[in-house]
Amino acid sequence: MANKILTFLEQRNGILKKSSLETAKEAARLAGELSYEVEAVAIGSNIEDLESLGKYGIGKVTFFKGENLANYSSSAYAGIVSNYAQKADADILLFSNSAMGKDLAPLVCVKLNAGILMDCISLEVSSGDIVATRPVFAGKALVEARINSQKKIFTLRPNVFNIGSLGDNKAAVTVENVENPDLRTKVVEVKKSEGKMDVAEAEIIVSGGRGLKAPENFRMVEELADTLGAAVGASRAVVDAGWRPHSEQVGQTGKTVSPNLYIAIGISGAIQHLAGMSSSKYIVAINKDKDAPIFGVADYGIAGDIFEVLPALTEEIKKIKG
Amino acid sequence: MKIAVCVSHVPDTATRIVIGSDGKTIDPNGVTYIINPYDEFAVEEALKTKEKLGGEVVVISLGKDANKETIRKALAMGADSGILLKDDAQRDPLGVAKALSEEIKAQGAELVFFGKQSVDYDNSITGQLTAEMLGYNCVSVVVDLKLEGNKIVAEREIEGGREVVETSLPAVITAQKGLNEPRYASLKGIMAAKKKQIEEKPAAGSEKTVEILKMKKPALKQPGRIIGTDKSAVPELVRLLKEEAKVI
Ligand SMILES: Cc1cc2nc3c(=O)[nH]c(=O)nc-3n(C[C@H](O)[C@H](O)[C@H](O)COP(=O)(O)OP(=O)(O)OC[C@H]3O[C@@H](n4cnc5c(N)ncnc54)[C@H](O)[C@@H]3O)c2cc1C
Ligand SMILES: Nc1ncnc2c1ncn2[C@@H]1O[C@H](COP(=O)(O)O)[C@@H](O)[C@H]1O
Repeated sequence: MANKILTFLEQRNGILKKSSLETAKEAARLAGELSYEVEAVAIGSNIEDLESLGKYGIGKVTFFKGENLANYSSSAYAGIVSNYAQKADADILLFSNSAMGKDLAPLVCVKLNAGILMDCISLEVSSGDIVATRPVFAGKALVEARINSQKKIFTLRPNVFNIGSLGDNKAAVTVENVENPDLRTKVVEVKKSEGKMDVAEAEIIVSGGRGLKAPENFRMVEELADTLGAAVGASRAVVDAGWRPHSEQVGQTGKTVSPNLYIAIGISGAIQHLAGMSSSKYIVAINKDKDAPIFGVADYGIAGDIFEVLPALTEEIKKIKG
Repeated sequence: MKIAVCVSHVPDTATRIVIGSDGKTIDPNGVTYIINPYDEFAVEEALKTKEKLGGEVVVISLGKDANKETIRKALAMGADSGILLKDDAQRDPLGVAKALSEEIKAQGAELVFFGKQSVDYDNSITGQLTAEMLGYNCVSVVVDLKLEGNKIVAEREIEGGREVVETSLPAVITAQKGLNEPRYASLKGIMAAKKKQIEEKPAAGSEKTVEILKMKKPALKQPGRIIGTDKSAVPELVRLLKEEAKVI
């Protein structure tokens, strides 16, 4: 039996994503516990600083390099990762549960005849096997599950697995040139939403709801978000009203987020909203209705008027941020 | 062109989840089921494509008899026919994808729509798995779709933006909110749907690779403190965030 874990490193513009470093660190931790080997695979045209994976406990990185691999291509990436997993004889694969990971992991799963568990929030070793915990019903329940096939794929929810302390080793990087990737499906352009941070990746989110009364009042939310270096989120009520884009919607039919700090402003806390954010580490609510359900999950609340409290909060935070 | 849409039948998003007596699934008592919200975008896109290019839309759902309600809903929106792949057992996504891919092959559908995610087990992979089993191209989480002959240009949502993806038929597309505005079923549509045929057949078998050991409720967050009712509470809030929570 092959005793190896392979972790996929995701890059955008040649820079490794934080969520795949979290995944790499977890791969190294698991490998330690299972007495497995661990290595990483990356795909792109140029990727900075792959040696630094050593700090996360990964000794070996294989970089598949090709001019036309800078952007994601599901067909090419799935082919490369699954061929390499076979060659390296890895039987556990980890991906981040990012937009790319969610697209890529199931394709690799079929190619390898593996089993798969998505969006895991913890992986625990129990009698030599991995038991994964994952949220279901938008976090209203959790399941503990196990994969019974020989090959296993897990995707890890971003921002949940701790990177913790870093070592000071360097990884050995092998470059493999890719001449003719399978580009049947390929990204030809990446359109950025004007320089804004995405709620799915932010450590702090400032979210606004219908309590803001009008779209122009979101300026206040944006100002607090800018002060904190946070992303702006929204309830479905304001997305449906066309005040905010759907990419900002948090909740069961929006994004599931688990930032360190979630500030809900004028959001009542409907079950579908809570489903998307109740696993945030700290929650603050500002709502004039002291009985609003959002206070049921908030660590700290102010039961007052947005139009008075929010500007004062922004001012106070500006003071401490200097 | 034959177009297939795969739809799942899921608990209403307002449902409070109660864990069943087996400790592994939910207690279905008192739960209202609906068509998976993302699958409405999938059905709409299939209908729009048919209106533009001609063809036929077949709706496929795998599950129990009750799934027929969800198939009926898609028929009322305008789909031509429905297929229930009957299986009373709960399957993992690979098992669902296996049976769906066999049926899609049998139907000869070249373009297949899925929702990006089923709001029950939130796996977000059945479309991709099915595509790969069929050897079809796949674009997931699609918010904009253009078809020209065999060529597909789709935009998919990613963190902080969109990717423009080029590929070709045969293909699987998984629908994200924003792709379109699903139509309401008209009274005429609802009447017509009653006459449309739902073919029933056993779902192709497949072994389970994922085993659920236990379902549990997440640890309840302890409700915290309401610090105050006006802006005089702001300095204390900021102090707590800085010193107690250490998050700013
Ligand atoms: C299928 C389905 C899926 C859904 N998915 C989602 C989802 O993904 N995300 C989501 O968010 N919702 C979702 N919903 C909608 C959800 O049920 C709620 O309708 C929605 O979250 C309410 O948004 P809100 O809190 O902004 O508005 P409201 O519920 O109207 O709350 C506004 C709040 O603002 C407060 N307020 C008003 N004025 C002030 C003031 N001056 N100062 C302070 N507070 C004030 C009020 O007390 C109130 O609590 C979904 C619903 C369905 C049916
Ligand atoms: N039992 C099912 N029958 C038909 N389609 C399904 C079924 N389960 C999932 N799907 C489809 O796959 C999509 C993604 O589901 P999931 O991977 O479970 O999140 C859904 O939006 C449906 O389009």
